[in-house]
Amino acid sequence: MNVVSLSLFDLSLAAALVVLIAILSYFIQLKMSRTILLAALRTVVQLLLIGFVLKWLFAQADFIWIALMWLVMLLVAGREIMARQTRRFKGIWGYGVGTVSVFISSFVVGIFVLTLVVNNTPWYTPQYAIPLMGMIIGNTMTAAALSLESLTKTAWQQRMVIEARLALGQTWRQAIGDIARQSVRIGLFPIVNAMATAGLVNLPGMMSGQILGGTPPAEAVKYQILIMFMITAASGFATLIAVWLGARHLFDERQRLSTQRLHAERR
Amino acid sequence: MSEQIQLKLVDFSCYNLKPINLQLKAAETISISGESGSGKSLLLRAIADLIPHKGQCFFRGKEAHTFAPYQWRKQVAYLAAESQWWFDTVGEHFSQPLSEQTGLYLKHLGFELETLNWEVSRCSTGERQRLAIIRLLVNNPGVLLLDEPTANLDSDNAQQVEKSLLQYQQQTQCSIIWVAHNKKQIQRIAQRQFEIKNATLVELPGMETQT
Repeated sequence: MNVVSLSLFDLSLAAALVVLIAILSYFIQLKMSRTILLAALRTVVQLLLIGFVLKWLFAQADFIWIALMWLVMLLVAGREIMARQTRRFKGIWGYGVGTVSVFISSFVVGIFVLTLVVNNTPWYTPQYAIPLMGMIIGNTMTAAALSLESLTKTAWQQRMVIEARLALGQTWRQAIGDIARQSVRIGLFPIVNAMATAGLVNLPGMMSGQILGGTPPAEAVKYQILIMFMITAASGFATLIAVWLGARHLFDERQRLSTQRLHAERR
Repeated sequence: MSEQIQLKLVDFSCYNLKPINLQLKAAETISISGESGSGKSLLLRAIADLIPHKGQCFFRGKEAHTFAPYQWRKQVAYLAAESQWWFDTVGEHFSQPLSEQTGLYLKHLGFELETLNWEVSRCSTGERQRLAIIRLLVNNPGVLLLDEPTANLDSDNAQQVEKSLLQYQQQTQCSIIWVAHNKKQIQRIAQRQFEIKNATLVELPGMETQT
């Protein structure tokens, strides 16, 4: 089966829809038109560039280039997590919490899958290593960002409650426990929803891509199951690590709530 | 009256407050008054080690840092002016299993065990404040830091709360730092009176302890 080639005109039709949404959001004062257009532009430029990078990268056999590409993905993901926070941590923690949690979770899960499950020779064959790791990092990024946002925002809103619980002799874990657990749940909502509705509501992007590219559906489905499980595991680790690190950093060495470690609200 | 020193502050200060040296005996109550914003609440929260501070604070001769933070706060208990609730029912805010004292305190302050099943959102301000005091007292604190505990209450409620707190003090010989404005109340409860003026804690003259 041949892939139907998309012309520039076909893509501009889709782009027109995005512009329409941007105009609409201007008129209802969402203050998002610029963000939407800029993000759309970034999609075009970044994807065109990565097309060239991947073409070159797939021809390389050296692990160092794969590792470098992973590193770039990780650093960008860390920055995105920070940029999505209403009240991010001050100093290195603002960047560190998200990046560290994504790093540990996605690299542990990604390398586990590449070496033991896919088991190519070599295990870092770029055709697998780059897209698999990209999907894991991208999804754990969302999970970590959502859970951190929930943690810091709720802790700020409920700072009187947290202090009252400390005053009653609760430890920092008890005082923020409910908020922390809720934040982990919020971080895991997207992937749990995606698993529950997989195939019924959404045909996941990668599987659709493979089928469009001519892979037999049964094979594409197996890969999609693998991806979903990887993402779930990595998201789980990432939210747990991010919330644990973040919750800890909200208290000082005498277990006092230290909301001054958070930046003022960004609107 | 026992001469044991219950709470001792040595060069103790937080934010812009000048260093404070102060000793409280067992079963002693002192009052602190001062304009709003003078730092009364900050001082109480600092003594409970809820906010950073300088200097030292001793409970029965032991420095605050020799306690785990949560153990210190159980002994040196801070009651905020406005009580906080985070679960739906009253009872969920009490550690289980309930102690005998819980039932006793509930009765003293005009409640019953059934009260624990009440929804917090349906309690009045007065009921919440009384319940917050019970929640604090079941920890058996040795020092009470009370931040205007009767300010939001009508006079009946206020008297009931005052009576119960002093009763707890008689039973346990605990010391109390009581932030208050009402002159009559201060004379009823406090053996020594203090005021925060220009960021300094000063003892008001002519009110020596009558022991």
